[in-house]
Amino acid sequence: MKDVFCLRKAKVNQMLKIVTVSAEGELGRRIRDLGLIPGTECKVIGKAPLKDPVALRLKDFTLTLRNSEADHVTVSLLED
Amino acid sequence: MGKYTLGIAGNPNCGKTTMFNALTGARQHVANWPGVTVEKKIGVIKSGEDTIDLVDLPGTYSLTAYTQEELVARNFLVEERPEVVIDVMNADALERNLYLAVQIMELGVPLVLGLNMMDEVRKSGKNIDSEKLATLSGCKVVETVARNGKGTSALLGAALDLAKEKRGEWNPLNITYGPDLDPVLDEMEKLIEANGFLTDKVPARWTGIKYLERDEDVIIKGRMADSDLSSTLETMAREVAAHTQKTLNAQPDALIADHRYGFIAGMIKDVVSYPVLDADRISRSDQMDKVLTHTLLGPLIMLGIVYVIYQVTFSVGAIPMGWLESLFGWMGDSVSAALPEGHLRSLLVSGIIDGVGGVLGFVPLIMFMFLMISALEDSGYIARMAYMLDRVFKIFGLHGTSVLPFIVSGGIAGGCAVPGVMATRTLRSPKEKLATIFVAPYMTCGAKVPVFLMLAAAFFPENSAAVMLMITLGAWVMALLVARALRSTVIRGASTPFVMELPPYRMPTLNGVLIHTWERTWEYAKKAGTIILGISILIWAMMTFPQLPQERLDAYDALRAPIVTHLEALDENAPESVRAPLEEQLAAVDNALAEESIHHTAAGRIGTALEPVTMLAGFNWRTNIALTGGFAAKEVIVSTLATAYSLGEIDVEDTDTLAQKLVNDATFSKASAIALIIFTMLYAPCFVTVVTMARESSWSWAAYSVVGSTTLAFGLAVLAYNVTKALS
Repeated sequence: MKDVFCLRKAKVNQMLKIVTVSAEGELGRRIRDLGLIPGTECKVIGKAPLKDPVALRLKDFTLTLRNSEADHVTVSLLED
Repeated sequence: MGKYTLGIAGNPNCGKTTMFNALTGARQHVANWPGVTVEKKIGVIKSGEDTIDLVDLPGTYSLTAYTQEELVARNFLVEERPEVVIDVMNADALERNLYLAVQIMELGVPLVLGLNMMDEVRKSGKNIDSEKLATLSGCKVVETVARNGKGTSALLGAALDLAKEKRGEWNPLNITYGPDLDPVLDEMEKLIEANGFLTDKVPARWTGIKYLERDEDVIIKGRMADSDLSSTLETMAREVAAHTQKTLNAQPDALIADHRYGFIAGMIKDVVSYPVLDADRISRSDQMDKVLTHTLLGPLIMLGIVYVIYQVTFSVGAIPMGWLESLFGWMGDSVSAALPEGHLRSLLVSGIIDGVGGVLGFVPLIMFMFLMISALEDSGYIARMAYMLDRVFKIFGLHGTSVLPFIVSGGIAGGCAVPGVMATRTLRSPKEKLATIFVAPYMTCGAKVPVFLMLAAAFFPENSAAVMLMITLGAWVMALLVARALRSTVIRGASTPFVMELPPYRMPTLNGVLIHTWERTWEYAKKAGTIILGISILIWAMMTFPQLPQERLDAYDALRAPIVTHLEALDENAPESVRAPLEEQLAAVDNALAEESIHHTAAGRIGTALEPVTMLAGFNWRTNIALTGGFAAKEVIVSTLATAYSLGEIDVEDTDTLAQKLVNDATFSKASAIALIIFTMLYAPCFVTVVTMARESSWSWAAYSVVGSTTLAFGLAVLAYNVTKALS
């Protein structure tokens, strides 16, 4: 079992795989609507000038989320 | 031959609007969905002998009840039962786009999938087997490129064929939601069917799913239909939720989402293939982002772009604005020449032509601004602006996208709050939008600039530039603080999540930008002829009636008569030194008449009645009239003040004489000037802005903003007046 850590702690350009999404209600719904569900591969490709929000690259597109929203998502490192 | 209603649905940024424009051309009708400020566009298409009403649904990722857009889209499907829905999809992100499609299929509406942006798919080296997708999903699938019109008529044809084939019959898709939810859902379905619960509108299983998802809208409708059954269903949903929370650490709505994605993944694994994975196009967009959202360069480039929008809008836009002004000036002059002096002429010229002309004068500004904002929006840059600024705006309870309305309203001195408030449409988060609408008019718009310039020049002749800068910055500080206060009180609540798509950079299409600009401009111009006309007439009447009684007019005539006789008696060659003093005397009498007349009108009486209160802030009755007039348009403040100070008509540009009068007026001190600056910055926006605010939010919110802002403005003006007086 690989280390599971919070998406907020992920470094730019690490290949990641989502392990859990614990957000509920509207936030949870929005996160899932955009395809952030367990098993999805993603990569932080950049941070805004003030380090929040971050840009997250999924297989087919890019989305943004705030650090406070990334706290609800845990990820593990994907081997290259 | 027949009449069909088709809906067109899709995610934001999937090219749905481009598709809608391609299908309907200019034959569109824009309105609002009942009760909400979400735009509803309908296009009428003639196809052979058939007439099609194509309804553009708001762009959504899902069909839940969390946002107005989604509710509107869903209620349209349920209540109006369109024959067919066309789902426009960004085929390049097929998986995510199918999430909405699956939810429409669960409802059962006949569906045609438009695989849009196929050019981008092919360029990225991806392969989509659309026939296989059609087989697996059970929907018709048509490949399109809406930007150049490829496949659009095939898409419409397929939808029309399906409408004729299905004749309003719905076939909901059943998918499995896992061993924990399926048994409960089956049981719910049986109960719902047995009782005919909401089944006149929606499939039984769909209602069950919504109860499991704790969908407020459906549950409320359910309670109204049958409260006993509804509470049974709610209990079932609660019990299974407690169970899944314990065993799987997840709520049913999360499990349902996971299974929908599972279903989609199963479908597309045979549909999408990557013979040559070329991530080049995406990485090109990512490369651009490396520069455009760079820690240092990003904000600098953004400042540059904002500056350009601003410059183009207010310098290029000023040219046609000048033409319009001349046109209305000419109309005013012609009417003045054609009609005898009197109320009718005054009403036509001062009330109607000046009022409506003043409003239509903004049309070029609005056009240019929306031209550029539409282009930026379509290019994907607005999303980046929000991304870069969100951290700052979040502190004040706003959203990154709030920056645009602020700047357009006059964040750099000289903007206009009307297009500024209209620019809040790019905000997809309702609470942040309300707060932004409320405070955007605080910015230093072009009409407030002369007021500030005049006061700064009169009372702070040494530092007037510094004062102007402080006013501009002060407006930002106040806007952000008031927004924070609003978000902690009347529109409290967690900030809207920032989870949003960063679409790849795309070249905006000329056609799309033009249609968008035209819609906004036309909508604004239409208002000038209706509500704004009415208010113009009202304000004109307040500043004209009641008129001086006849004996006062006679008294002024008596004063004028000897001077006029004297002037007429003068020899044509009389020296200027004799003529000039007489003309001055005549002007003085006319000015005194103007002053007394305006004092006598409704506006003048209001100003005088308010004096005891407004003297707390150092405003005399003259200032009060000017500020009342400022509600019509802020440009009026300086000219009304001039009239009230018995200067007659003066040029707004030439404020020296008025400034001198103010400095010499014992009842108007430096403290009054500071208080007046603060009051003008913050008090009720002009009525054109108020009408626009009401259009973008609601009349009650617009009224609240007028009252709230004026109260705040007065409180601060009183404070500033007394502090300054105590210090000096």
